[in-house]
Amino acid sequence: MVYGVLRFINFAHGEVFMVGAMMAFYVASGLSTTSLWTSNPIVSLLIVLLASMITSTSVAVIIERIAYRPLRGAPRLIPLITSIGASFTIQYLVRGLVGPSTKAFPRIEPLRGTFEFGGFVILRSQVVVIVAALAMMLLLYLFVEKTRTGKSMRAVSEDAETAALMGIDVDRTIVKVFAVGGAMAGVAGALWGLVFPSLNFFSGFLPGIKAFTSAVLGGIGNIVGAMLGGVSLGIFESVGPSLVLAGYEIPAFSQLKDVVAYSALVLVLIFRPTGILGERLAQERG
Amino acid sequence: MSQVVDAPVPVEVELRPTPPIEMRRAVRLGLSGAAAMVLVAATGIVATFQPRMVIDPIVPLGTMFLYLVAFAFGWMAAQPPPTLEGFAPAVVGMRNVVAGALAGLLAGLGVGVLLILMTVFDLRGVFIELSPELVEILSLGLPVGAAVAVIALISAAAGALGAGVHLIPTRFRRSLMPALIWVAFFSLLTDLFGQLFVGLKIDFMIDLLYTSRGGALTVVGAVVVLVLFFALYWYLGGRDNTLRERVQAMPKDKRVRWQIGAAALILVVLYFIPKLMGPFVSQILVTAGIYLLMALGLNIVVGYAGLLDLGYVAFFAVGAYAGAILTSPQSPALSPELTLVAAIPFVMIAAAIAGIVVATPVIRMRGDYLAIVTLGFGEIARILLNSEWLAPYFGGAQGITNIPDLQVGPLTFSTPQDYFYPVFLFVLLAAYITLAVQNSRWGRAWMAMREDESVAEAMGVNIVTAKLSAFVVGAVLASFGGALFGSQIGSVFPHSFDIVVSITILVIIIVGGMGSVPGVTLGALVLIVLPNLLREFSEFQFLFYGVLLIAMMLKRPEGFIPSKRRAQELHSEELAQDAWLEIYGEKDQVETVPEGRA
Repeated sequence: MVYGVLRFINFAHGEVFMVGAMMAFYVASGLSTTSLWTSNPIVSLLIVLLASMITSTSVAVIIERIAYRPLRGAPRLIPLITSIGASFTIQYLVRGLVGPSTKAFPRIEPLRGTFEFGGFVILRSQVVVIVAALAMMLLLYLFVEKTRTGKSMRAVSEDAETAALMGIDVDRTIVKVFAVGGAMAGVAGALWGLVFPSLNFFSGFLPGIKAFTSAVLGGIGNIVGAMLGGVSLGIFESVGPSLVLAGYEIPAFSQLKDVVAYSALVLVLIFRPTGILGERLAQERG
Repeated sequence: MSQVVDAPVPVEVELRPTPPIEMRRAVRLGLSGAAAMVLVAATGIVATFQPRMVIDPIVPLGTMFLYLVAFAFGWMAAQPPPTLEGFAPAVVGMRNVVAGALAGLLAGLGVGVLLILMTVFDLRGVFIELSPELVEILSLGLPVGAAVAVIALISAAAGALGAGVHLIPTRFRRSLMPALIWVAFFSLLTDLFGQLFVGLKIDFMIDLLYTSRGGALTVVGAVVVLVLFFALYWYLGGRDNTLRERVQAMPKDKRVRWQIGAAALILVVLYFIPKLMGPFVSQILVTAGIYLLMALGLNIVVGYAGLLDLGYVAFFAVGAYAGAILTSPQSPALSPELTLVAAIPFVMIAAAIAGIVVATPVIRMRGDYLAIVTLGFGEIARILLNSEWLAPYFGGAQGITNIPDLQVGPLTFSTPQDYFYPVFLFVLLAAYITLAVQNSRWGRAWMAMREDESVAEAMGVNIVTAKLSAFVVGAVLASFGGALFGSQIGSVFPHSFDIVVSITILVIIIVGGMGSVPGVTLGALVLIVLPNLLREFSEFQFLFYGVLLIAMMLKRPEGFIPSKRRAQELHSEELAQDAWLEIYGEKDQVETVPEGRA
């Protein structure tokens, strides 16, 4: 969720995620026939994660090189269109390469089953996902806030020209941003495989839009904001319908979860037009 | 912005030579070309289209696609650097051809590696298209070793040919390239041309050009088309001023007469189009017309007012559903069963209200926030229409069916051919509104807002009214499209109002040329009519679409027919210099930027 630094709507990000998930699927189904899968599930899971991270990172970097770098400095709409183009291209390349069928992830035995926690029944795989997501967020936060590279990323995000004057190689920084974003998307893709075990070439589209929505909800160019946005969007979506709508005797309220999510987005942005944590920065720039 | 310096610099300054093209770049492009060719083969494009002949019996489409990639990369590798002020024009010569051949060779070797891999390993477990048939096609029946060499040679030749394009004299090239494109049109759109020839009662053309009606183009046919169009473009290229310039040079009364005559001619042609083309093509044209209507509306919101709306489909849905509820006897809740003509004012009111509803919350928002909120509105509209909750009003997933045909007085419009005329009428109306509003008070307010909201506000533009009015005008135009759509299809379903529609419309205006009516029209023709005519490609339609979008934005970001202003913004001298420096700047850091700009 590194939309912040890029400052434009990257439709292809969902596809980066999908490619990672695809890779995770193939590595996982390859591994699931070996004994490693049953004897040492954690290691094999790590291999899967690594494979999907590498794939997604390289795809993200290639997209950047072909579709975005030549357009640096062009009006914002232009990279938006190339990102739509890249999104279509990747979707249908993947469709052509591996076929349009829906893929089912192999199961990992120790992750099945549930346990109770304070009265809630939780799936084990969900625990893994939550822990992994928290770990990645923490890592990302530390990376962006504490390292030199992270600092240059923030600088480029705030003002690319000034950053260049300060001796930061803007192009390289942006490639790194894409690489980090790709890696995150790869992890997300592999985790997706754990929770929702079905996948096809179109799976990346909606998560991509959701990811952008949460980034905007939190405030563009602000990683803590993106995390907060992601979490709150998830909560609006899952809790909102049953909490708000069920009271009004609305039939089949779960259909309306996206309506609740988007309405929440609209409401939040009406009162805070630059997102929950949107800084004065965003306001100045417009 | 660069200053407009057209006066020539006094040429006492010695021009620096533009460096020749680099072999390193050719190698890099060759490797990219290899990746592209492997992808073309591995996605099944080659195998799928192999039975289809471009030119019967010598050029099968699958192989042509493959080597077209080598051709394109050869062309790119041989492209001379842009000439900047203070530099001598680039010299083209054998070096370019060598670069092109090199790129083609490398690309071909990539396919060779794929071929070897395919014969050694079985990759079909993952890549389903790497079938024995593909091996057959790629290797041309030769043993693997020889096949790799042959593929590499053909690719190198294709790359060299691509490079050779740069060496052909300009006038010759400007005639040859369009002629080749026409050959491709005649070859791929056989159904369309077959229909046209039958409609025009010149059936003998089919026998002359094609193997059969809807069949492949013959060698004779290809040569005839090529020569005819080459001659046409050669003749046109010989004129030193264009038709437009000559019309503008006429005295006023003569010019007006010319323009009226041309308009009348176009109207007559348009009148006969649906009669000639039959229901299939007419249906495509009607669809394109409806998209065009929406694109013109979105052009006002995005092109004029600069408000990036990703949920524009919501207004289309409002129009369609308002029209359906007011006219259909099957409408679940309220069903006044008006005629469509009587319903139009109400549809407009509904759309205007929808426009205000969307515009009110976004008054304070800008840029990406605005985009995502409009996207949210688009999704909300679709999901609500689809929901069980509102099914008693909108029919849920079943939609509303049985929408009556359009009736105006004694005329009933039922077939696609009939619908062509009302759709065309509305498109004309939308085009008129777009042009009329351009220089009005509203239009100027919108454009000021697009350039800079804060400054516009400081200059006395009322931002609230401007945003509201842009959304309302856009919404009303889209709602016309929606009402016509519903009445023509006879039913409306929520799934017709997907976010992909919003994106398609946005792409139409950007590819066509934002802010320009002819551009948007061309965009709709290219992006709606062509894919529909090329049904046999439907499996790969979006792949081509995606590649086209990226290539278009890289090479011609202002669209096919841009408004003048936008073209200027996107092609300033500075950008050319940046691109130049990107490639050649590293070698001589010392005196990079030419000083010749007065």
